[in-house]
Amino acid sequence: MEFLAPTTWADALAAKAACPGALPVTGGTDVLVEINFDRRRPPALLDLTRVAELRDWAPDRGRIRLGAAVTYSRVIDELATALPGLAMAARTIGSPQIRNRGTVGGNLGAASPAGDSHPPLLAADAVVEVASAARGVREVPVAQFYTGVKTNALAPDELIAAVLVAPPRGPQQFCKIGTRNAMVIAVSAFGFALHPDRRAVGTGIGSAAPTPRRAEAAAEFLAGELDAAGLWESRGELPDGLAREFGHRVRAAAAPIDDVRGSAAYRLHSLSVMARRAATWAWNDYRRAA
Amino acid sequence: MRITLTVNGTRREVDGVWEGESLLYALRERMGLPGSKNACEQGECGSCTVYLDGLPVCSCLVAAGQADGREVTTVEGLSADGELRPVQQAFLACGAVQCGFCTPGLIVSTHDLLERNPQPSDPEIREALAGNLCRCTGYEKIMDAVRLASRAQERAS
Repeated sequence: MEFLAPTTWADALAAKAACPGALPVTGGTDVLVEINFDRRRPPALLDLTRVAELRDWAPDRGRIRLGAAVTYSRVIDELATALPGLAMAARTIGSPQIRNRGTVGGNLGAASPAGDSHPPLLAADAVVEVASAARGVREVPVAQFYTGVKTNALAPDELIAAVLVAPPRGPQQFCKIGTRNAMVIAVSAFGFALHPDRRAVGTGIGSAAPTPRRAEAAAEFLAGELDAAGLWESRGELPDGLAREFGHRVRAAAAPIDDVRGSAAYRLHSLSVMARRAATWAWNDYRRAA
Repeated sequence: MRITLTVNGTRREVDGVWEGESLLYALRERMGLPGSKNACEQGECGSCTVYLDGLPVCSCLVAAGQADGREVTTVEGLSADGELRPVQQAFLACGAVQCGFCTPGLIVSTHDLLERNPQPSDPEIREALAGNLCRCTGYEKIMDAVRLASRAQERAS
């Protein structure tokens, strides 16, 4: 095994092009587990923690550009207002030690269906900025980034540079079910966003399908009902049963399996409950913000 | 490969490091610092907690090569000249140590908590120590020790 430690983004892309099998590592909270347990022996580890360009976030043409190696601790401390759904999810991840190391870019690289970053990124319509030495930068909408269980849209010579997220125009929520309050891989998770500027609803389902995914039909249903009743303008109370019906439709968008963390039936049930609660909480926040 | 890093204030050059090796392994097996414990090797138990550039992390999840040029403080580095810090004394005084395997990690995590938040509430203590598992004490004596260390530091300041 080689250990590659580039200090510039150009060198990192060149290293990945020269050794496409190199496994990128930042926080190591997934990668080192696989190495420690002999599950993976890549030809090289590509340490990206010394690439300064990846370690910062900044406003960028109307969006927040979050460098791939920004840790969850920093998302919580510095971006709770700009990326509220992602910050809520970050607070539920692992432990202080894990949040000091784990990164959003790493979560995307691992592309586990249970990754906690994914539901809020889906709900907020995030875009993944990827790059290669040969073809430069391209932007991938996050919903197209997840291609299968622990696989993503990266070409072998590409690296994740950043995540681009528009600032919130309305309330966001994140819910997660686990067996305790810390050190938990989600049994199921749900991200929710209200986009009042375009009268739309954002959703993200975690741990209940082969990939993180949206509940598109449920989101369109809820946005349409709010529109038909003039509620986006009036900010009136949610009609009886609307949040519950939204929850049922979110459940219909999931395709979970039974595994060691929970049954498919429980994942479906918990998703409908989380979706109902998230929609209700976010709507109440929207009403209070008037 | 060779890595050069500062451990507990001393510059160390370590040769023969395997590229996939963890910082924890390098500390214990190559630098003779067995204070950080090796238990789960997957970031679940916190018994390998060290400071890396001032932040508590699980050293089992840091590649040794990632620590090259960085500053590491282990539990051994928290006591000066054999004198125990208030956090360490509090763990002894409260019986917060049984088998002792989780203790070094809990000492580092508690030290970090009290540096950031000298008078934590009970929920804050539980949150800060959520990544450190103890299978002996049931945590009550650990909670007592953190509260005692907080009071002791307050009196000393």
